Amino acid sequence: MTGQQASRVTYTLDSSLDSVNKVEQTAEQMARKAGVDEDEIFRISMAVREAAVNAVLHGNAYDPDKRMTASFENTGASLVIRITDEGKGLDPATLPDPLAPENLLRGSGRGIFLIRSFMDEVHFRQLHPGTELTLIKHLGAAPAGA
Amino acid sequence: MSMKISTRQVDGITILDLSGRITLGEGSVQLRDSVRDLLGKGQKKILLNLGDVNYIDSSGIGELVSAYTTVRNQGGELKLLNLTRKVHDLLQITKLYTVFDIKDDEASAIASYAHA
Repeated sequence: MTGQQASRVTYTLDSSLDSVNKVEQTAEQMARKAGVDEDEIFRISMAVREAAVNAVLHGNAYDPDKRMTASFENTGASLVIRITDEGKGLDPATLPDPLAPENLLRGSGRGIFLIRSFMDEVHFRQLHPGTELTLIKHLGAAPAGA
Repeated sequence: MSMKISTRQVDGITILDLSGRITLGEGSVQLRDSVRDLLGKGQKKILLNLGDVNYIDSSGIGELVSAYTTVRNQGGELKLLNLTRKVHDLLQITKLYTVFDIKDDEASAIASYAHA
């Protein structure tokens, strides 16, 4: 952990599956503490896991010299999770649609789709190098994808 | 956190009872290795019992799809049994619910395979 304020915590982590699991567990604890229901806890923690997998696997490619950062903030109105990597960058416009018939039987390519399905807002920012994903769940809102 | 797989045979069908998580890393790799091992032994009628799988991520979903296509490409059949609600919902969101042959009763699942 590299910094902590009243309701925001940021981790700087190596590019490993242990880091992915830690980020997922932190998201689950954050959502539980915010009082959202079990289904939403599942959706949020899964979306955050997928973002962390994206950073570690596709962004940093398990490079031991590259780091992932994960910040968690409860603003009162929303849960805001930011995941960054130090990879070559991700242009979401270039991602194939996993629901297209020709892509249905692909063995990968569903992570970003699931993130978008489960969160209320998803924003991409290019860091040169790297990508920042911001995942937002509005508290008290109807479940995303319901 | 990891996944357990146990294997049994019923009427020529190989049933894999999976429990735990199918995620990037251990669970996905275990599933891939198990299916590959069965195909290597010529066991091509496979039923994946997911009744105790409480979590699956996009990597796990991809592994299910890969297992399905691998078995099918070798002339076999791979079906899914006893989906939990979370897994069911994920397969619906990803439009895979109509791709897989999904059963909720073991006896009828066994009976549904083509018997030589």
